[in-house]
Amino acid sequence: MSISKLSHAEAAEQFIKDEPRTDWHDETLWFVRQKRDKAAHGLPEWEKLREWASQIKDHTLSNLDNYLKEFESKAQDNGVIVHWAADGEEHNRIIYDIITHHKIKKIVKSKSMLTEECGLNEFLHAKGIETVDTDLGERIVQFRQEAPSHIVLPAIHLKKQDVSDTFHEHLHTEKGNNDPQYLTEAARQHLREKFIESELAITGVNFAVAETGGFIVCTNEGNADMGAHAAKIHIACMGFEKMIPKAEHLSVFLRLLARSATGQPITTYSSHFHKPREGQEMHIVIVDNGRSRQLGRADFRNSLKCIRCAACFNTCPVYRRSGGHSYHTAVAGPIGSILNPNIDMRANADLPFASTLCGSCSNVCPVKIDIHDQLWKWRQVLVAEGYVDTTKKIGLKGMAFVLARPGLYRFAGKAGRAMMRMFPWLLNNKLNPWYKQREMPAPPKESFRDWYIKNKQQ
Amino acid sequence: MKVGLFIPCYIDQFYPQVGIATLQLLEKLGCNVSFPLNQTCCGQPMANSGFAALSKNCDKNFVANFRGFDYIVGPSGSCVLHLKEHLHDEQHPGEAQHIRKHVYELTEFLVDILKIEKLDASFPHKVGLHNSCHGQRGLHLSSMSERMLPAFSKPQQLLSMVKGLELSLPVRSDECCGFGGTFCVFEEAVSVKMGKDRIADHATNDVDYITGGDVSCLMHLEGILKRNGSNVKTVHIAEILNSSL
Repeated sequence: MSISKLSHAEAAEQFIKDEPRTDWHDETLWFVRQKRDKAAHGLPEWEKLREWASQIKDHTLSNLDNYLKEFESKAQDNGVIVHWAADGEEHNRIIYDIITHHKIKKIVKSKSMLTEECGLNEFLHAKGIETVDTDLGERIVQFRQEAPSHIVLPAIHLKKQDVSDTFHEHLHTEKGNNDPQYLTEAARQHLREKFIESELAITGVNFAVAETGGFIVCTNEGNADMGAHAAKIHIACMGFEKMIPKAEHLSVFLRLLARSATGQPITTYSSHFHKPREGQEMHIVIVDNGRSRQLGRADFRNSLKCIRCAACFNTCPVYRRSGGHSYHTAVAGPIGSILNPNIDMRANADLPFASTLCGSCSNVCPVKIDIHDQLWKWRQVLVAEGYVDTTKKIGLKGMAFVLARPGLYRFAGKAGRAMMRMFPWLLNNKLNPWYKQREMPAPPKESFRDWYIKNKQQ
Repeated sequence: MKVGLFIPCYIDQFYPQVGIATLQLLEKLGCNVSFPLNQTCCGQPMANSGFAALSKNCDKNFVANFRGFDYIVGPSGSCVLHLKEHLHDEQHPGEAQHIRKHVYELTEFLVDILKIEKLDASFPHKVGLHNSCHGQRGLHLSSMSERMLPAFSKPQQLLSMVKGLELSLPVRSDECCGFGGTFCVFEEAVSVKMGKDRIADHATNDVDYITGGDVSCLMHLEGILKRNGSNVKTVHIAEILNSSL
């Protein structure tokens, strides 16, 4: 998978260079955001549901150890084999061991952002084992050797023409045929074959219920069911924050999830798995990979309430115009920008700054994560830990020095404005990022304070 | 009622007319206003860039200037929000706390404290309203499209009292303009694209002016409008509310 080495700002600039495509990306996701608004407005109890969901998750995170143990023991009673993975590497090794133990050759996978986070596809590929992603969008980006650009709509950055070209190359469809029905049928035939052949199916988990030891997988394509029901072995992979205490709590989350994600009242398939069918083997891999560290950070633990609906992506004016790949991580968008610095602070130090702090993400979040406040707090942490550009540091130190000294501030202001009037080229040049596509404000001769002293204090 | 006039640094330096309009408007409405002469900046540029630790002396200076007022009023939602959420002074915690509780954005102050019901203002133009994020989502100056709550808007309520003004809202009535403090330079490409899109949304309403409660957003939009040779102008809401024929 090609993960960009560019910073968010650099990758975003590349993306925006194709302005019509940027507009199309923005409008497509805005359309989804509007569908979400309509669906949410349809429920008078929407804000109450959000509050309940938030409280259930708060409670669960505060008692997570107990719920995880309860879940493990119930799942084992149901005949499920439970594994614990401290990090992505261990997660991948556990899966690899199951594969080699059973001498498996054919694997299907339904979309799981956790396996993306752990780099499972690359890991297995390097061992000579191919997995086939069965979510349509994910299959498209897999063909193109790209990462998903959105957690719910993995190929939303691609147009019909791109899909047609990709399918022509990999599925030998007719060149230039952009008909969605034709292309979908080609994908359907291709995937049907993979489902039938598969010996092992890997799925994600949307919710794991401590009370029953069961788990729920939500898809719109039914691909998780197709994979899990056809294969001899089913491995479900989950981050440990997927836990909810009781089955009855599902009603709150299932009502919020699809409405927030796509504006649908509910996902097409909400599949409940409790035990392996006769002759089948069922595994659950419960992954930490930095989650316990995040749980221990008082300012950021709330981020673990996330149910991966991507409403914050769709509403984010920055995400819509920069594309998911600019976030160079498995989970992009505003929520990714508060989750990823926890996984690797140095590599993801740019992400909390890829926001205007407009606050729309926190408003749409169905579990009330204070996303934009956490972005602000991450900035403080990253600067304190030294993960900040030296130029920026020097600039802001200088700024703070001047702004704390009224006399110096006035002198600098007056001198600056005079310089701007006399030598406009000092700022009106390509070294000034403001000036690249914007005019500078016209510097007045007199500050407000000068005017005030002259007109009000005589 | 003793009101301390807070004019953010970049308004003081680049947009004195906004400070003048704010002062004149408050005086017209009967407030006893003074402008503490040693004020500088609220500290937001540092704090939003991750350097909140560096804004301590700025905070101190702010408290020294604004202690002792009944209310502190400023024509910038984003600076006011920063003060409300983050102003601290270890030596004068009580005063800092008082300021945090009594600092108001201009339109919020006019609606909630002065409870203005009519204005002697006239602005016979087609005007588009830009809802600035920090004012809207942070200070709750108006309802938000994401939340399922009753609709209201303090700036709109005030603009409806202005004679001759024809108000229009863009389709995406509360989308960010892309200014975002230092975001506007460190994420230049996204910032400008967001600004261009905001302008295009207003342009479909054929407006003469774009107004709002934050000079920072307007400065960003103005920069793009001027570069592209547009006839659309930007004007701060204080200037409209203070204008007469």
